[in-house]
Amino acid sequence: MIDVKNVYKSFDEQPVLKDVSTRFEPGIANLIIGRSGSGKTVLVKSILGLYEIDKGEIWYGDVNLVNLDEKEKKKIRSEVGMVFQGGALFDSLSVQSNVRFPLDMFTNMTAKQKQERVEFCLDHVNIEPTAYKLSPSEISGGMQKRVAIARAISLNPKYLFCDEPNSGLDPETSTVIDKLLLRLTREFNMTTIINTHDMNSVIEIGESILFISKGEVAWQGTNREILNTENQKLNAFIFANKMYAKMREERKKEM
Amino acid sequence: MVIQFAYSLSNPLYPSSLVGLGTRDTLILEFSSTMMALILAGKIGSNITSEIGTMRVTEQIDSLEIMGVNSASFLILPKIVAVVFIFPFLYIVSVFFGLLGGMMTGPLAGVITVAEYIEGIQWLFYPYYVTFSLIKSVFFGFLVASVPAYFGYHVQGGALDVGKASTLAVVNTNVLILLFDLILTQLLLT
Repeated sequence: MIDVKNVYKSFDEQPVLKDVSTRFEPGIANLIIGRSGSGKTVLVKSILGLYEIDKGEIWYGDVNLVNLDEKEKKKIRSEVGMVFQGGALFDSLSVQSNVRFPLDMFTNMTAKQKQERVEFCLDHVNIEPTAYKLSPSEISGGMQKRVAIARAISLNPKYLFCDEPNSGLDPETSTVIDKLLLRLTREFNMTTIINTHDMNSVIEIGESILFISKGEVAWQGTNREILNTENQKLNAFIFANKMYAKMREERKKEM
Repeated sequence: MVIQFAYSLSNPLYPSSLVGLGTRDTLILEFSSTMMALILAGKIGSNITSEIGTMRVTEQIDSLEIMGVNSASFLILPKIVAVVFIFPFLYIVSVFFGLLGGMMTGPLAGVITVAEYIEGIQWLFYPYYVTFSLIKSVFFGFLVASVPAYFGYHVQGGALDVGKASTLAVVNTNVLILLFDLILTQLLLT
């Protein structure tokens, strides 16, 4: 569980996060939604400790990240897996070497144990053994995302962060990624935080949703509640998303 | 270089072996250390900047940081160690092949005989010149790896910015090489 309490963050005296408080529960998909520039990524990077917050508390279980020094933060980060927007796979390593990288860096496992763990993780994200030795540039965008997820779970993290996991993917592959993240979250009882502005993901897997607008928490609820909300900012966001999806579908038909 | 020396020293008062001496000293003091560093700053420098810069803009460095890996030490240190270690060897190889090339092109161009050339390259030889240039090559190796790594590591933006950083890195490395050439010569040779 991650508890965020009254977090403030500003850049050059420009406030980006204003009194953000929320709780991310384990075993469910916690979604952070909002328009571009609303402060989603800053919130995630603040929770990860990559940005130092101005005020507030960030609790990983019973440990307040804010009070920790860099060495202790690293210990917390060893319990964190992260899936970046573009996958962030290492170009110079093969698919299986990418997944093995955290194991090489942080465990004393034997080569055989590492290989078994790599195969376990890649199998869990439905990557075929034929792709193990390919380089990231030789596989599709959807596969890259799945390999990034496999790498993120390789150290069996307590916390999984995903930054726009569906960006650049077609709706079908997006659904596959969403369902995969939900399945892994439940199976390993991770606290999963997904940063997205994809309404399909919100409806599909949004068991806990945090809507950020202009750096503030504008709404919190579930995917059932979001459809009946009367929050104007949230409705405007949903409407803009639907309009975009509709326009995209119409363009596709025209082409 | 041999041919140029031969034409600029085409005076009956100068012995032909001076061509060998000039070639040797130029190779040992400047060409094989400074010129090689300038050329490799273009090749290795742009390579290092674009590699690290691409890792920065595609969030691979952020990924290392989140895993708890010290990204600067993990990505940059091995490159600096490798280049600093290999530069003195490259310098020696460059001097050897430079002298060998001079011995082949001089007689082929008909400006000097092999015997005169060999006599020249043995004449007034100061071993300290080699030590001086080896020290220079270590400094240049450090510059060729560290300056481009700095530019690559601090790239912000996208692919275009990586290209810009590469150009900036090579230009700055070349300027620093020439500056350090001046400083080291002043400190070690005068």
